[in-house]
Amino acid sequence: MERAPGSGRVPRVLAESPSACAPAVSQASLLRLYHRFRALDWNEKGYLSRVDLQQIGALAVNPLGDRIIDSFFPDGSLHLDFPGFVRVLARFRPVDDEDNGNRDPKEPEPLNSRMNKLRFAFQLYDLDRDGKISRQEMLQVLRLMVGVQVTEEQLESIADRTVQEADEDGDGAVSFLEFAKSLEKMNIEQKMSIRILK
Amino acid sequence: MDGAELAGKIVYTWLTLVLGFILLPSAFGVSLGISELYMKILVKTLEWATLRIEKGVSKESVLKNSASVGIIQRDESPMEKGLSGLRGRDFELSDVFYFSKKGLEAIVEDEVTQRFSSEELVSWNLLTRTNVNFQYISPKLTMVWVLGVIVRYCVLLPLRVTLAFIGISFLVIGTTLVGQLPESSLKNRLSELVHLTCCRICVRALSGTIHYHNKQYRPQKGGICVANHTSPIDVLILTTDGCYAMVGQVHGGLMGIIQRAMVKACPHVWFERSEMKDRHLVTERLREHIADKKKLPILIFPEGTCINNTSVMMFKKGSFEIGGTIYPVAIKYNPQFGDAFWNSSKYNMVSYLLRVMTSWAIVCDVWYMPPMTREEGEDAVQFANRVKSAIAIQGGLTELPWDGGLKRAKVKDTYKEEQQKNYSKMLVGNGSLNSELD
Repeated sequence: MERAPGSGRVPRVLAESPSACAPAVSQASLLRLYHRFRALDWNEKGYLSRVDLQQIGALAVNPLGDRIIDSFFPDGSLHLDFPGFVRVLARFRPVDDEDNGNRDPKEPEPLNSRMNKLRFAFQLYDLDRDGKISRQEMLQVLRLMVGVQVTEEQLESIADRTVQEADEDGDGAVSFLEFAKSLEKMNIEQKMSIRILK
Repeated sequence: MDGAELAGKIVYTWLTLVLGFILLPSAFGVSLGISELYMKILVKTLEWATLRIEKGVSKESVLKNSASVGIIQRDESPMEKGLSGLRGRDFELSDVFYFSKKGLEAIVEDEVTQRFSSEELVSWNLLTRTNVNFQYISPKLTMVWVLGVIVRYCVLLPLRVTLAFIGISFLVIGTTLVGQLPESSLKNRLSELVHLTCCRICVRALSGTIHYHNKQYRPQKGGICVANHTSPIDVLILTTDGCYAMVGQVHGGLMGIIQRAMVKACPHVWFERSEMKDRHLVTERLREHIADKKKLPILIFPEGTCINNTSVMMFKKGSFEIGGTIYPVAIKYNPQFGDAFWNSSKYNMVSYLLRVMTSWAIVCDVWYMPPMTREEGEDAVQFANRVKSAIAIQGGLTELPWDGGLKRAKVKDTYKEEQQKNYSKMLVGNGSLNSELD
C-alpha cells in the first residue's frame, strides 16, 4: 500500500504523447484532464466507453448529450483512449491572440481554431457525415433540443426557415461553408471555449 | 521453553496495559489524555512537514488548488443569456453551441462524480494514499515519512485491531447477556452501558477524536435522528454520545451476528431484504417505533449512500413522511488526519477498515441542531430539502440537488425534460410562432 513519495508522478502516457497533444493543451491542464479521465474510468479499464460518459449526470440531462458523446467515438469505435479524449477537448481551448501571430502557415491548423470549433458544431448536426445538413438532420437536432414540447408543424417551419436562410446555392441543404458564413459575425471563440483554471 | 514464556509474558503485559489504560476508562467514560497527547504531537509533525513542502516547491508551479474551487471557469448565466445570438429569440444554427459547451464542461468537471472520490488535500499529510501532486522534497521528509509508516503499521495497527476485536466481542457477549434479563429499567440502563462502552472502545480503536457541539439538542426518545452519510463509522460516532435505534437491512456473516445480538438488548429495527422493497411496510414499522415514547430515537441516513463529506446530496423523502420530530445532525470529518470516506465501488469493507486503521486518526465535529417538524402545507420533499439545507449550512458543506444513487443508476428523464421545456419556451413561447398557434 505504501510507496515512497515522488516516485514518478507523471504517468507514462503523458510523457509519450506530449508531442501529439502539446500544442493543443498546456502541461498543467493535461495533468488535470488525465486525472479526470482516470476518475471517469470507474473500473480502471484504461479507456472510456459510452456508458462511462453517460453516467455523468449533467451530461445525461443535456438535450444534445448523446450527440456530444458520439463526437468522442468517431467511425463507430467503442473505446476512447486518453489522446482521443484530449483531442476532442482541445477544440474547446480558448483562442489566445498570440497563437495566430506566430503560427507557421505550413503547420496544420491548431485544434482550437475558429474553423475547427465550427466543424465540431457542424458535426453535431451532420449525422451521416456527408458534409451537408439536410432538412431532415436539422429537424432531428431540433427535436432533441425541444423534446415533446413543440408540435411537428412548428418544428418543420422552423427548420425550413433556417435552411432557407443559410442555403445560398439552393440545394436545400446547408454545407459547411454556408454554415460558417451564416455565423461569421458570431463570437465563436467565446461561446465554444472552456478555460481550465490553473 | 524460554521463547514461549517470553512471548507469553509480552502478551500478558500488553493485555494488562490495554485493559488498564483503555478499557477501564472507556467503561467509566473517563479520558486519560493519551489521545490528546498523541494528537498534539501529530499536529506539530504535520505542520513541520507542511512548512518543508512549501519551502521546497516555492519555485515550481504546483497544482495545489483544492478540488472545491473548481478547475474550469464557469459562466453561470441562465439559458436565455447564453443562447442570445445575432437575431434574438428565434432558433438559430448557433443555439447548439450553448448545449455543446455545457456538455463538454460537464465532461471536464461535474458536481457529482467528484463527490465520490476522496477529497483532495491542500497540503500533504504524510500518507501515500493522499499524495496526488507532491513531489520528492528532501531526505528529512522521507525519513519522517518512513518513521510514520513504521509507527502506523507496527504500533498503531496491532493496537487498533486488538481493541476492535475486544470491542466487538464485548458488544456481542454483553448484549446477549443483557438480553436474558426481563424487561425493566435496569435492563435498559445496562444495555445503554454496554452499548456506550463498546462504542467508546471501538472509537479508540480508530484513534477517533470527536467534538460534540450543542449537546442540549441531542435527539430525544421518540424522535428521528437524521445525518449526512460519509461512512459506516458515522454510526459509531453518533452512538458514542447517545443510544439510538438503528434501521437497516439484515446482513449475513459478522454483521448479522452483531445485529442479532444487539436487538436482544434493545429494540432496533432490522428489515429483511424483501421487506425493504415495500415502502409502506417500512413506514408503518417506523411509525410504530416512534409512537412508543419510551423507545430510543431512530437513526436514519436519508442520502442512502456514502458521499465524500464535501457536500450533501438529495435526501430521500421516505424518512420525512413518517411524521414525528426530526433531529438533524451534521457530521464533518477533518481530512487532514485520515480519510473516512468509504468508496464502496473501489474498496470492500475489510480493505476500507484497514485503510482507516492505518491512518493517523479520525477527527470529526458533530453538531446537534434544534429539532424540526413538518410545517403546514409543506410536503415531504420540501421538508427534506429544508432539513438538508440546515445540515449543509451547519457543517460547511455544499448542497447538491442530485441523487446519490446516480453513481449506480441512470439519471431520470424528468431532468432532461426540464431543460427541453426551458428551451422550447424560448423558441415558441415568446417568438414569432405564437400567432400560428391560434
